Amino acid sequence: MNKQIKGPLVHIVKRGNMPWYGAWGIRALAIVLALVACALVTTVTTGENPIQVYAAMIDGAFGTARKTWITFQNMSVLLCISLAVTPAFRMRFWNIGAEGQTLAGCLATAACMILLADKVPGWFMICTMILASIAAGAVWGLIPAIFKAKWNTNETLFTLMMNYVATQLVAYFVILWEVPKGAGKIGIINQSSELGWLPQLFGSKYLLSIVVVAIVTVLMYLYLNYTKHGYEIAVVGESERTARYVGIKVEKVIIRTMALSGAVCGLAGLLLVGGINHTVTTSIVGGRGFTAVMVSWLAKFDPIIMIFTSLLLVFLERGASEISTDFGLNQSFSDIITGIILFFIIGCEFFINYKISFRKAAGKED
Amino acid sequence: MFDLVSFIPRAVMQGIPLLLGCTGETLTEKSGNLNLGLPGVMYVGGISGVIGSFLYEQSLTSPEAINGFLAVSIPLACCLLGSLLMGLLYCFLTVTLRANQNVTGLAMTTFGVGFGNFFGGSLIKLTDSEVPSIALSATSAYFSRSLPFADSLGWFGQIFLCYGFLAYVAIVIAFICAYVLKRTRVGLQLRAVGENPNTADAAGINVNRYKYVATCVGCMIAGLGGLYYVMDYACGVWSNDAFGDRGWLALALVIFTIWKPNVAVFASILFGGLYILYLFIPTGMNLAVKELYKMLPYVVTIIVLVISSMRNKRENQPPASLGLAYFREER
Amino acid sequence: MDNKTPAVRMRNITKTFGPVVANDKVWLDIYRGEILALLGENGSGKTTLMNMLSGIYFPDEGEISIDGKEVVIRSPKDAFDLGIGMIHQHFKLVDVLSAAENVVLGLHEPGRLDLEKVAERIRGICDAYGFEVDPHQKIYDMSVSQKQTVEIIKVLYRGADILILDEPTAVLTPQETDKLFAVLRNMRNDGKAIVIITHKLHEVEELSDRVAILRHGQFIGDMPTKKTNAQEMTNMMVGHAVSLNIDRPEPVDPKPRIEVKNLTVRSIDGVLKLDDVSFTANSGEILGIAGISGCGQKELLEAIAGLQPTESGSICYIEDNGEKEELIGKDPLAIADMGVSLSFVPEDRLGMGLVGNMDLADNMMLRSFRRGKGFFTDRKSPRKLAQDVVHDLEVATPSISTPVRRLSGGNVQKVLVGREIASAPTVLLTAYAVRGLDINSSYTIYDLINRQKKAGVAVIYVGEDLDVLLELADRILVLCGGKVSGIVEGRGAKKRDVGMMMTRLGGNKADE
Repeated sequence: MNKQIKGPLVHIVKRGNMPWYGAWGIRALAIVLALVACALVTTVTTGENPIQVYAAMIDGAFGTARKTWITFQNMSVLLCISLAVTPAFRMRFWNIGAEGQTLAGCLATAACMILLADKVPGWFMICTMILASIAAGAVWGLIPAIFKAKWNTNETLFTLMMNYVATQLVAYFVILWEVPKGAGKIGIINQSSELGWLPQLFGSKYLLSIVVVAIVTVLMYLYLNYTKHGYEIAVVGESERTARYVGIKVEKVIIRTMALSGAVCGLAGLLLVGGINHTVTTSIVGGRGFTAVMVSWLAKFDPIIMIFTSLLLVFLERGASEISTDFGLNQSFSDIITGIILFFIIGCEFFINYKISFRKAAGKED
Repeated sequence: MFDLVSFIPRAVMQGIPLLLGCTGETLTEKSGNLNLGLPGVMYVGGISGVIGSFLYEQSLTSPEAINGFLAVSIPLACCLLGSLLMGLLYCFLTVTLRANQNVTGLAMTTFGVGFGNFFGGSLIKLTDSEVPSIALSATSAYFSRSLPFADSLGWFGQIFLCYGFLAYVAIVIAFICAYVLKRTRVGLQLRAVGENPNTADAAGINVNRYKYVATCVGCMIAGLGGLYYVMDYACGVWSNDAFGDRGWLALALVIFTIWKPNVAVFASILFGGLYILYLFIPTGMNLAVKELYKMLPYVVTIIVLVISSMRNKRENQPPASLGLAYFREER
Repeated sequence: MDNKTPAVRMRNITKTFGPVVANDKVWLDIYRGEILALLGENGSGKTTLMNMLSGIYFPDEGEISIDGKEVVIRSPKDAFDLGIGMIHQHFKLVDVLSAAENVVLGLHEPGRLDLEKVAERIRGICDAYGFEVDPHQKIYDMSVSQKQTVEIIKVLYRGADILILDEPTAVLTPQETDKLFAVLRNMRNDGKAIVIITHKLHEVEELSDRVAILRHGQFIGDMPTKKTNAQEMTNMMVGHAVSLNIDRPEPVDPKPRIEVKNLTVRSIDGVLKLDDVSFTANSGEILGIAGISGCGQKELLEAIAGLQPTESGSICYIEDNGEKEELIGKDPLAIADMGVSLSFVPEDRLGMGLVGNMDLADNMMLRSFRRGKGFFTDRKSPRKLAQDVVHDLEVATPSISTPVRRLSGGNVQKVLVGREIASAPTVLLTAYAVRGLDINSSYTIYDLINRQKKAGVAVIYVGEDLDVLLELADRILVLCGGKVSGIVEGRGAKKRDVGMMMTRLGGNKADE
């Protein structure tokens, strides 16, 4: 007999298809492993029993009615921004400028609240706020889209830079409108008159954004999956040549989709300023624009699954910040935990898409 | 009157972390990896150095017992190790496991910034030390020690000789990287990997190894940027989030310099200058306008990005496979 | 020759891609001082087999020996070390680098990189075999044949003595082909082993010393070229003696449908792709378009379909009542809005005609998703259409929710053609409609096209197989270097005449 061929030790092949339960099984396993890894890290840094730590996390996110409400409110804002970036991602347009687009929405809302105060009736101000915030977000999304459509300018880098332009713009207006002079911040806008504050639903100050985002989620799901626009987005994302072949105007779709993406970000800005914080700062979006990229990607760009992925990330953040308070650690502990879990989930996609076969340990060789 | 002699050194000191970050990222991107985790890497680099140095200073019986060589080499080694681990993590996920580079990078930034702020904020508690804040002035003194004759040479000394050794190292690294990329076999092959991994693979180049090495070395260089910031620029004082968005600015600088580290030496000083220009331009009482000046580096970068895409000159484009995972048997 | 040790001996080589067996226990010997033609239809596994020799793929089973010694080729580097060099059909060059830089890519020569020295050696190789290339020119500035030259130099620079060329002539003009063949003969006389992968019989006859034939991934046999003939080789390639016998009904009431006048098209880089092309396509008739690939066929079809910007000339659509409408300057949507039902089966099925990751039903929607007034898409009729296409054209698919990229080539083409003819077109454009399909699928497609013709559709059929064109088309337009070399009647046309027309005009134009 001839000698056995010595092939490469590990051979990787692309999987044809994995049933959905297999894929979600792997993801679930990854999350479990990630939680174990996080528990180890937590135990090492705090010396506490990991089970207690997780109990503390759950307590932090859902311990009281108020905590639960805040968790869902945070989730709604994150989900809103994630929904916003999703159409762009489906089109393979890497919009990582959601931070800036949301900030633009925040700024426009605050501008209306401050500049129109005592000049127009409250309902009119709110209408203006809605329009202005959506328009501002849309414009912020449009700028990179136009350059992408016309000159194929790299959108990842462009949208990234736009974030910082927005941040500095906000910084400028914060100083311009600061209250009191020299404070370096605006403070609660219209605190006494509550002018331009979005109304409370059923007497709950948390419910409004949750309801709005729930509606946006359903609309986005329908838009992406059942409309002509949604179909065009999918075709452009898969193959620009095919899109042109069937007469889709690719430039138009890119610009339209990014305007939509920015507009929904603007809406998130409206909720943040008009409904939740009633002020604007440079860090009001707090990195949600970047987290949203991960929420959307983890959910495979499916709006319904995004409900769960955004909840997961918000839970981690709130839970981990509870741990840090409990054990006197720094707030940033949550970022570490989030990071670790993300690494596991990101890594596990490989095992869904590829199959590893090891070289057959043939008996002939021994 | 615009005070150039005091402006330039400050611009340079602002520019050095950007230069290190930019050089590292350029190397990484030349291999086709778009590492959006750069800010995280620089944070980790900085805090790793701080941890090393903090532990060393705490272990000393008295501040006078400090050994100059150890005071420099311990933080340096820790910084390099920390950023190397970040680089390995990024490569493992994106090269070996072929994960999406954008998502991995953003997750690394979340993790890295969190890691920096967490240890920056909790180091004292974790080690049960009895100091009010992390101020590594003894170590910092070694890092920021300028050349002995700097003061005696007037404005020349002030502009060219007043920096700590890492600043000169940064400039040397940038020129070495430029040389390696342009003139050597390794650089040629690295460029080929970033442009067209299929071709590079067919030419017998180990694509994955090049990606790993370039990204890890790139991360280590970028990590030094974080270390320089804490030890030299910030005089050894770690405060959370003080490093700010310099990581993203370094990413912008990569585009601005059209992937050329030798250009980055000057561009980083220009960026550093733009970053602090607001301090030098007389705006009177109008503080708000200063914030608009801080926008300049980003706006300029956008303009460069747009112009280079409009001119569409082949040499000035991003590496063609930037952001894409490579799999040989893709069909 | 029989007692010589072969330079390469492949035994029992098997390679599978998922369910597809690309090579099934293949045996092959390659000798030095000999040009071996590896012959087979598209999809017969020629390229896969050679890719395993050059280290791109790793065989699932089997063994390879070089000069009698068993070897393992894990990577292209291993292949180079063994003196094996492959010139791929899709060039493996880095566009932004110069020729010299591309040549030294991946080499581990001692000493520092000295591009001048490299350039010197390249010039030496050029002189030895009669190439012309500027070592410092950037690849993106080069013509296709220059790029191919760089590829060959790259392999020679590495001292390869076993050269594999994958369909090297597909992109060349006849003059360039002649030059290449002369070079290859020089190399053979130099004692190198040369393999050319091809499916063109005349090249086999002209160039090779020995021919080996693959069919459906299996090794059928090999023999000295002198001892065989085209008929025998064809039989071995396709498995049985073929007389094609494609139906060709007489056109019924042909009327001018598409009138192209003085059409000139330049590519984005300014290269003249179509030069003053004029012809008329009639309803109820198949107009075949012949020509070596890259002579403007793609541009012609895309210009008619509204996908290719034109420089001058006109393309008119003629209604039944004789009314003319200009198509130039309109995109596919505008053409459809005019009420012109124009279907196009492009060459690149999964990159242009279909979306690989979408399922059959969604792909059916590509043409029809705009129908109806509302904001929402109609999902029912595409599903119905998908079911009909699967049923009528016997598409082998697990279900209509399967992404089309999982289907085999023939089934993908059936889906595409099925969709395109479903809209009851008056004009049907097809490019390489049977490329990569097995014989049965090909006949299904010919049959579909003929049915369209009988229904009064003006069919424009771009083909690469002259035999098919001669049996299928009513008239044949021959393109050569972007110009119309002539239009002949399909009935009675001689293969040799058409072949001559394909190359005749190129004589003056090719060297530009």
